[in-house]
Amino acid sequence: MSTLRTALLNAALTIEEQRPWPRITVDADTWRQATLAIAAGNATLSGIWAEPGAVHMALLDDEDGALMVLTLATPDGRFPSVGLTHPPAQRLERAIVDLYGFVADGMPDDRRWLDHDRWGVRAPLGAAATVPADGSAYAFLKAEGPPLHQIAVGPVHAGIIEPGHFRFSANGEIIVRLEERLGYVHKGIEELLTDTTLEAAAKVVARVSGDSTVAYSLAFARAAEAALGVGVPQRAIWLRALMAELERLANHLGDIGAICNDAAFALMLAHCGMLREEVLRAAKAAFGHRLMMDRIVPGGVTADLHDSGSIKMLTAHIRQRFPRLVELYDNTASLQNRTVSTGRLSAGLARRFGAGGPIGRASGRTFDARKAPGYAPYGDLDFKLASRSAGDVDARIWVRIDEVYESLELIEQIVDRLPPGPIAYPLAPALRERRVPQAGGLANEPRDGATEGLALIEGFRGDVLVWLRTDETGRVLRGMVRDPSAFQWSLLEAAIEGNIVADFPICNKSFNCSYSGHDL
Amino acid sequence: MRRMLLEGLFRRPVTEGSPTVSDAEVEALAERLGVSAKARLGRSLSIREVDAGSCNGCELEIHALNNSYYDVERFGLRFVASPRHADVLMVTGPVTANMREGLERTYAATPAPKWVVAVGDCAAGCGVFGRSYAVIGAVSDVIPVDLVIPGCPPEPIDMLKGLIGLMEASARS
Repeated sequence: MSTLRTALLNAALTIEEQRPWPRITVDADTWRQATLAIAAGNATLSGIWAEPGAVHMALLDDEDGALMVLTLATPDGRFPSVGLTHPPAQRLERAIVDLYGFVADGMPDDRRWLDHDRWGVRAPLGAAATVPADGSAYAFLKAEGPPLHQIAVGPVHAGIIEPGHFRFSANGEIIVRLEERLGYVHKGIEELLTDTTLEAAAKVVARVSGDSTVAYSLAFARAAEAALGVGVPQRAIWLRALMAELERLANHLGDIGAICNDAAFALMLAHCGMLREEVLRAAKAAFGHRLMMDRIVPGGVTADLHDSGSIKMLTAHIRQRFPRLVELYDNTASLQNRTVSTGRLSAGLARRFGAGGPIGRASGRTFDARKAPGYAPYGDLDFKLASRSAGDVDARIWVRIDEVYESLELIEQIVDRLPPGPIAYPLAPALRERRVPQAGGLANEPRDGATEGLALIEGFRGDVLVWLRTDETGRVLRGMVRDPSAFQWSLLEAAIEGNIVADFPICNKSFNCSYSGHDL
Repeated sequence: MRRMLLEGLFRRPVTEGSPTVSDAEVEALAERLGVSAKARLGRSLSIREVDAGSCNGCELEIHALNNSYYDVERFGLRFVASPRHADVLMVTGPVTANMREGLERTYAATPAPKWVVAVGDCAAGCGVFGRSYAVIGAVSDVIPVDLVIPGCPPEPIDMLKGLIGLMEASARS
């Protein structure tokens, strides 16, 4: 992608103040060329979002993890559709159309996505015209023929899970087509991240997807720190990684148990559930909250680790119990019968959709934001990148199993090497100092107006992207979050094709996409 | 597997003791409910969970109620798959515009007598999300709420306490 990057930089109309990666404004031709380059596999689409008057597209280099944001001005409210040549962009584009009222020229799917005609307003972040809130029927894609029948599921599901609608077209037991309809838990997060305080925005971002609250808070903090140019103490950097690995550990343990439970193997759920509970209890003892919500803030962390003993006991305990659960999984033929070769996701699709986390890594896309672009302290820590190539439910379980061990390894290293010192730098003085012109004005030159920050963080589900624009006082002017689920949900539709209806729960759980993170 | 099952027989259970709900709390709850369902429900409640817009944090902790540490079923509390089997709806999240009808229809599908428990700060009062074009309001703005369990998210032990209180109160009134 480095040649593409150079070409794009050369074609840039202007280069904006965005850190640590550049944002360039381009013309429609360059926008189209970038789209073709993504479709040809020269870069991965990492996000596409909008604001009044412009659309932005983030390109990711899978090799070195470097990002680049392209901006196209939309004075007439139109932009060339990315989804036309690169399908992974389609749902994100439909969301932009719903929220901002833009027209994506050539967009192959013009059905409303987040807008279910329930808001009482059309294009709430654009023209915001009042319309009746009486709901509308959704034209599901057709699958026709004498033996086919449809099964409609949701939005309220039978378990303790989030809402969404699944429309199965089946030939007997075999799923011919699954189509998702999402957007039920759309809470207007982009509006909440418009013109607000840093504190209020941090609280909202921590609640984009509760299971990834640490990853989101970390991404938000890093984006804010990049935008504002403020530092973080070493100890806080290490404590953040500790929280992130505890979150990954808890979620992977929960997922391994829950996937097996969807194959009616409750023993794994019972044992994994206990281990998960023990992680949450240790998190509460160490940081005062079971999910560690709001513990990472711009400038540092809000809770220090006073006693590392309980964390060490936790890892020792899991190291003692977990291998036997792995052995149980590996040696239970009836369970393997349900997971092996079920819900296969091809390597090609995983790469094309930029599938993050265990879903991508189980289909051979060896991308992990902790390795590339990488962020502190992971460069100082020793861990392996787990990956498989089979792409089935079994592979997704094994990637999670491997990552449980890697997280244990990381937690132990972090606790052993935790540097001393403060856990946060107060933000207010740092911002004041930034505004005072320095003698000479070069080393710490004050910037007028807005600055922007971008952060890519590896959550348990995959890479979380957060973009922020702040003013010189630290106020958030605009913000965008992109959950890994934004690309993973479509892949579930592909992976389930040709499987039996009864295997949908196990496939769905092996993906474990976030509804809230997708719907925003 | 056999070894694990055998060990399970001889290991001490990890299950938490039963949380105590004071008589006064139960009385207060019973008065507030003002119902006479004792004969029909006895000391057992079937619960249907409805996510009306949550971030899934509350769902994680409701899930935890089923693990071996909290083991809700020993109290006669059971999560069921259909609102038609339920006595209690546990509702999470600020109610989004897109989920309003889903919540209303789930409530309508639940046979009386029924109770609604609003779980978490969002369900209680929209939490950090507030009212917007996409958020209708708290659960009580859409359906009648009998009990609020605050927290972001509430811890499983708090939910357990609330549910046991509800069960005691419904059996007493």
